Amino acid sequence: MDRLGVTLGLGAGALVVAGLWMGLVQAPPDAVQGEVQRIMYLHVPSILTAYLAFTVVLVCSIGYLVRGTRGWDRLAHASAEVGVVFTAITLFTGAIWGKPTWGVWWTWDARLTGTAVLFLVYLGYLMLRSVVEDQDRAGRFAAVVGILGFFDMIFTHMAVEWFRTLHQPSSLQRGTIDTALRLPLYVNLLAFVVLYAYFLTRRLRLAALDEAIEARDLGG
Amino acid sequence: MNVLVLATEILRKDLRIEARSREGVNTLLFFSALLVFLFRFALGPTEAQVRQGAPGLLWFAFILTGLWGMARAFQIERENDCLEALRLVPGDLGGVYLGKVVGGCCVMVATEIAIVVMFGLFFHLDLWPAGGRLVPVLILGTVGFVAIGTLFAAITAHLKAREVLLPLLLLPLVIPVLLPASRLTELVLAGESLGAEPHWLRLLLVFDLVFLVLGYLTFPFVMED
Repeated sequence: MDRLGVTLGLGAGALVVAGLWMGLVQAPPDAVQGEVQRIMYLHVPSILTAYLAFTVVLVCSIGYLVRGTRGWDRLAHASAEVGVVFTAITLFTGAIWGKPTWGVWWTWDARLTGTAVLFLVYLGYLMLRSVVEDQDRAGRFAAVVGILGFFDMIFTHMAVEWFRTLHQPSSLQRGTIDTALRLPLYVNLLAFVVLYAYFLTRRLRLAALDEAIEARDLGG
Repeated sequence: MNVLVLATEILRKDLRIEARSREGVNTLLFFSALLVFLFRFALGPTEAQVRQGAPGLLWFAFILTGLWGMARAFQIERENDCLEALRLVPGDLGGVYLGKVVGGCCVMVATEIAIVVMFGLFFHLDLWPAGGRLVPVLILGTVGFVAIGTLFAAITAHLKAREVLLPLLLLPLVIPVLLPASRLTELVLAGESLGAEPHWLRLLLVFDLVFLVLGYLTFPFVMED
């Protein structure tokens, strides 16, 4: 497992450097927004990776409720934590992008509000885990939140499609993005996904060590 | 035991407890009246302002009273180890969930109607013409809220920090229900029909169903010891 972690870490590092170079240097500036738009190369991959992370939480939560094995629960917990980090990155980069384009750091637009709510849902997930001492019980309670949270995520994502919002609709979904900008975006997305996998292996290792120490303390 | 029979038994038990103690209804009514007065202080006597904020304020009041009602539904089970007994109920624990949801909806909708009446009375809003369309909106919004609320009340009933954790977990998750419900309330109060913006109604119905099904399926795991 550790060889996998090292490989993923090195791969993520290389891909992030390549992606940043493509996005910040090689890609042409946006026709309308200019240089500011380059933040998209961080903003979009981070939220898509967060979506991936929370989908993994859903699958592992169901897996844990059905099978009851610790592995599922550990994976769900790790994925939720990494997902929260990526959601935070999305909110931060979004604020930095919002200031020059909309004139404000934050606005109560449906997409923004929805993403903030998503952040709160999974913060709640982590908080619930931290207050329940019994691991098995914490896992079951958290799994319920993990399953419900996924449906909130779908709601958040569809919000832009359903409501008239300030936030632009997804350029990737509508196919309104030029190849010169699309390729760096894909490389960055790949970089973030590999980074997510790397974080996941670190977090899982930490959880395994934690449980081993706890088991030893109880035994001794 | 059949799921529906079990649900009815739980509902009857809870209603009987309430009918005898009247603790829930009395407290909720008093609390609702207090909220209506607080709105008056927050907004000032201008009716236009109140009218504009009415849908949001009403749902704000429903959420506050609802949170209390949800927490109470499981606090009464904590006494005399009733939670243990519920866990041992023969048959599908989903039945216990359904009974609690229906009971919670009854209490919450009754409180909501009381709040709406007080709101109309004290702020001189003519709510009668909208009443017939408002009640279905209240019921639909409440079903989704209670569907998740019951689940989390059961979760947090075990925890020390339950007063803080229940709203913390519940409120972000029920946004997909609260948003369309308050929007539909706004429409109905403005004299429009429910079908004026069908996508809101669809959204509300879909999330009511999703939350009910998920609640029913996951409740037994929450009750496990």
